[in-house]
Parts: sequence; C-alpha cells; structure tokens
Amino acid sequence: MSGAVSGMSGAVPGKSAAIEVRAVEKRFGNVGIIRDLNLSVAKGERHAVIGPNGAGKSTTFNLISGHIKPTSGEVKLNGDVISGLRPFEINRRGLSRSFQVTNVFARMSVWENVRCAVLWATGHRYAFWKNVDSLPEVRERTAQILDDIHLTHRRDVPAGLLTYAEQRELEIGITIASGATVVMLDEPTAGMSHAETDRAVSLIRRLTEGKTLVIVEHDMSVVFGLADRISVLVYGHIIASGTPEEIRRDPKVKEAYLGEEAH
Amino acid sequence: MTAKPISTSKPAGDGLRFYGVWLIGIAALIVLPLIFSSGGSLTSFSLIGIAIVFALSYNILLGQTGLLSFGHAVHYGLGGFAACHMMNAVVSHGWPIPLPFIPLFGGIGGLVFAIIIGWVMTKRAGTVFAMISLGIGELVASSSLILRSVFGGEAGITTDRTALPKMFGWSFGPQVQVYYVIAFWLVLSAIAMYALTRTPLGRISNAVRDNPERVQFIGYDPHVVRYLAYCFAGFFAGVAGGLTAINFEIANSALLGAIQSGLVLFSTFIGGIAYFFGPILGAILVTYLQLGLTGLTSVWQLYFGIIFIGIVMFAPGGIAGLLMMHRPLVRAGTLWTVIPSYLVAVVPTVALACGVILTIETVARYSGGDPINLFGIPFNAKSPVTWVAAAVLVVGGAFVARLTWRRIADAWDRAATVARDRGYLA
Repeated sequence: MSGAVSGMSGAVPGKSAAIEVRAVEKRFGNVGIIRDLNLSVAKGERHAVIGPNGAGKSTTFNLISGHIKPTSGEVKLNGDVISGLRPFEINRRGLSRSFQVTNVFARMSVWENVRCAVLWATGHRYAFWKNVDSLPEVRERTAQILDDIHLTHRRDVPAGLLTYAEQRELEIGITIASGATVVMLDEPTAGMSHAETDRAVSLIRRLTEGKTLVIVEHDMSVVFGLADRISVLVYGHIIASGTPEEIRRDPKVKEAYLGEEAH
Repeated sequence: MTAKPISTSKPAGDGLRFYGVWLIGIAALIVLPLIFSSGGSLTSFSLIGIAIVFALSYNILLGQTGLLSFGHAVHYGLGGFAACHMMNAVVSHGWPIPLPFIPLFGGIGGLVFAIIIGWVMTKRAGTVFAMISLGIGELVASSSLILRSVFGGEAGITTDRTALPKMFGWSFGPQVQVYYVIAFWLVLSAIAMYALTRTPLGRISNAVRDNPERVQFIGYDPHVVRYLAYCFAGFFAGVAGGLTAINFEIANSALLGAIQSGLVLFSTFIGGIAYFFGPILGAILVTYLQLGLTGLTSVWQLYFGIIFIGIVMFAPGGIAGLLMMHRPLVRAGTLWTVIPSYLVAVVPTVALACGVILTIETVARYSGGDPINLFGIPFNAKSPVTWVAAAVLVVGGAFVARLTWRRIADAWDRAATVARDRGYLA
C-alpha cells in the first residue's frame, strides 16, 4: 500500500484548489481548440474530464502539464501560477501526468524506468558522483512502486517488450513514482479488456489514495465509479461540472454527450 | 519467465566476475609490452589505447545519450593542442609537472570548449544536433589553419616530451614508457566513464536517449542532461587528444578534422554502442585494420566503408551486440546447436569475401597495371581469368552463402525458443 503518503489523506476539498484553470484559450493558427476553459479541482478530489472525441481533453492535459502553453488565461497549481512554466518545472512542483499513448523508456528495464522517475524527487537530480545502485531510499521506493503496480516479476525486462496492459501499468507507475500530490492520467484504461480495466481501476484507486487525481476516460463505468466530480468538455469548452449525479441529470450534458453515447 | 527475488543485492559470484574482468584487463595492459616488446607492437598498443579512450568518450554521446556527433574530434584535437601548449609551458617556466599529468590538461582543454559550445549545441537532439556538430567541426578545423599563433598553421605545434621533469627516473623518451602512461590513463578513464554510467546522471542520460519528451515529466530538463553528458564526453576526448600529443609530440589540424570525427564514429558503431565494452572492441579492431590495411592496399578506405555498411545493415548492435546475442543461448546451454550451422557457413562466406576483395583489387589496379598479390597468390588485373575467378567467387559464394545463412537463422530460432522456454530470454 502507499503508506508513504498516508499523511496526505483526508485533504479537505474547499478553498484551496489543487488545480485552477482560469479563462484559458489555446489557438493553433486561427483555429481555437480551447476557448474560455475554466476548471477547478479541489485538493484530494478525484476529478474526471469527459467529452466526445476531439473535444480537447488531451489538449487540456497538455495545457495544465506545460506540454503546450496557453495562448491566454492562466493555470494555477496549489495557488501558484504555473502556465508558461516548462513541464519539468511543473513536475517539480508536484504535478505528474501520464500519456494516452504509452510513453515509457523502451530500451531500459522496468526497474530502470521506475527508478529514473524516483531520482529527482529523492533529491539526486543530476548527480554524477553517486552510485545509483547504492541509494537505499531510491531502491526501496522503486521496489515499493514495482510491487504496487505488480511488475516486480518483470523488473529486468526492457519496457519495450512488456505486454500492452503491463506497459499501461508501468506508465502509471512512472507517473506516481515521484510522489506527486496531483496526478493526471490520460485514458489509463484505453485499449484494455474488461478484466484488465477492473485491475487498472483498483490500482488507480489505491495508488492515488489521498492525492488529487484528474483523469480523462472514455469508459463511463470507470468514470462514474471512480470520480468525485466530473467535468464535461465539448468543443474546447467546459459545459458542465459537478458530482456524478448532477452530471447524469444535466440536460445539456445529455444532449451534447451522453445522449449520443448512451447504450 | 523466471520470477526473480525482490532483493537487489547481487550474488557474490557476480561481483567477483565483475571485478575479475577489470583486473584481467589491467593485468593484460601491464604484461602486454613484456610479451610483445617490438617497437611496432608498442606503437600499435599505444595507438589502440588512445583510440579506446576516444571511442569510449564518443559513446557517452552516441550510445548513452543518443547524440550523433559528427564533430567529436574537435575536443580530441583541442585537447591535443592544450597538452602541447602545456608541455611547452612546463618546459619554459620550469614547472614541476611531470609528463603523466599532461593528459589531464588535455582533458581540461576538451572540457572548456565543451562548456562553451555545448549549451547551444545540446539545445536540441537528433538531426539539429548532428548538423550543428558538423558545422562546429568544420569551423574549428578551418580556424586551426587560420589562427596560426594558437594552432601553428599547417605545421602544427611541436613539443618535446623528454624535456619535462622526470618521474620515477623515467624520461618518457622510450615508447614503452609512453605506452605505460597511455595504459594508466586508459584504465583511469575507462573506470571513470564506466562509473559515470552507473550514476543518476548516467541513467537519466539513457532515459533522455530513449524518450526526451517523457523525461520532462519526471522532473528533468533534457537540455541540461545532454549538456552535462556533452561536457563529460568533451573532457575524455581531450584526455585522448592529450595522450596523442604525448605519443607523437605534435598537435596539428588533422587531429580536429572530419576524418578523425568520422573514424571515432566508425570505431564506436562497429564495436557496438549498446554495451560499455563495445567501443573498446571497435577501437581495437579499427586501429588494427587501419594499421594493417594501409600497408596492404591503396583502397583501404573502401574496405572500411564496406565493413561499416555491412555492420549498419546486418548487425546494428555491432560486434558487442553479436557477442551478447549469444549469452542467453550459452546460459540455456543451447549454443552448441547453432555452432554446426556457423561452421557450414564459413566456407561460402569466406569465398564470397575473397571474390569481393579480388573484384575490388582488380578494378583498383586495372589502370595501373600493377600485379596483384593477394595472400601470397599473384594475379594479373588484365587477365580475363582473374575476372572470371572473381565473378565465380562472388556469384557462387553469394548463392551458397545465402542458403547457409538461412540455416543459421533456422538453427538460431530453434535455440532461442528453447532458451526462452527455459527463461533465459525475454
């Protein structure tokens, strides 16, 4: 279990938002992909962003995590403005994200993948005077995360040779390895079977205990099962934000999104 | 799949084997000149030692950080010039610095230039980095001919290594003493560069090589990682350049040029960039080929080119990759099932190679009309018999060799399947 962060659990949702997106706009040339985006995620909340294909969910992730810079507007992390900062600067402030397309270090072993993600947070940074194999806290933390994502038995396998589902789990492992308090997962269960999805969801639930989670997901059973709050993104604009119950009842959401996809 | 224990402490045997390899290497370096004491072999060993340090430094960029540089000799050459200037300064000022310390100043020369240009160069990886490195290489090489006060123009900067203060009573005049200086720096540099791969920076360099985008999302600036790796590579290239300056007692613009940069890329890649010891094998082989082939044939560069293309196309892991491919089979005990197919393939493959060599030599010497003497057998380039022989060897050799290569592939697949079943192959 993620005992290391147990002190963080029970964060009160309220005044201090973990993520605050204010009037963010993103244009590529003349095309406005994101318009007047407002989003607030409270500390300790599990927040799902849903919306039809092409609504700008991944772009929203990229804007918050610093992968791309907003044309206008601002993004705050724990009250500090982070829009305009570079991804690693944002990551060092405690926000970590995963990718929709598996994005691991393919030629390195599973162990090395996770360990690289642990190094900055444990303060070893660019050190070239320390033996990476004899850093006890790095070793313990890496072993703990491998255990958490059930990949201990695959520790010496190059990440590129893992099965798809294993790579997705490793992706989550790399994302949480730094101990970030805000975790953003971009479609973590995409392409998974039912059994694999169930496994991944319980994994996510367990590993983000006490953290703020923002998740983009297509699988509605995952969204409604996991999220405390849901935001619905349509054409680069949030049309509704609320509890799963509120979202389920919202007529605008029914019309714009759930209506089309309801089975 | 074998489930490995969570414990990361290695079994004692591994540590023993690890240090054993290094100790055997050091012992070999010490006794080599006692066994092969001729002037020719000492010269070869010295050149190989320098080439190994240079190739290992290049692999910090190519193999470990994924940076393809076409101008690495800049740091090698500048290290050589720095060492020459330092040696002359030591002599003229009477500083108490003996010769074995000089390569350190070569390294500093290479490092200082890396610190200056590295930041701009490493802003981007990939094609951009490769192009800039090519540009910087040309820039520095041509500047070295223009800035005569620093680089001495065409003649270069000369020095006298015996004029420095003695150490252990050694004057460093005899080649064997120079060899030991080179061997000492080779061991020191190799250990340092190996240790570098096992540091947090070394591992993050690998991550930057594999996926620079993702690295940014685990807290690292890939630009800083590439820059630091570049500085280390520059330092050790400078050490190699310093050793060259000691060995030849001269530094000139040839050390900095594109040919030198190409040669180190060539050695490193042929040896294999995925393993630490790959560039060592590559440097040994290429230096020997260079020394051997230049005496045998005027078109030796053509052979270099063919070998390089062959490695890139058929064995992108280089010699080290070819060797390490066999490790799971050795462990699984299935290597012996592959050996017979290798032996069968040897004859037609050698025939094919002889045919290619004969063709190249015949074409190369046709206009000159010199008699060809290959492995002690004389040929006449103008005789149709030679042409027919070459054609038969190439066509026949290639035809039969292809069949035997297929047998190797089949035998290999069977052996690998068994190895996989036994859990020695992922």
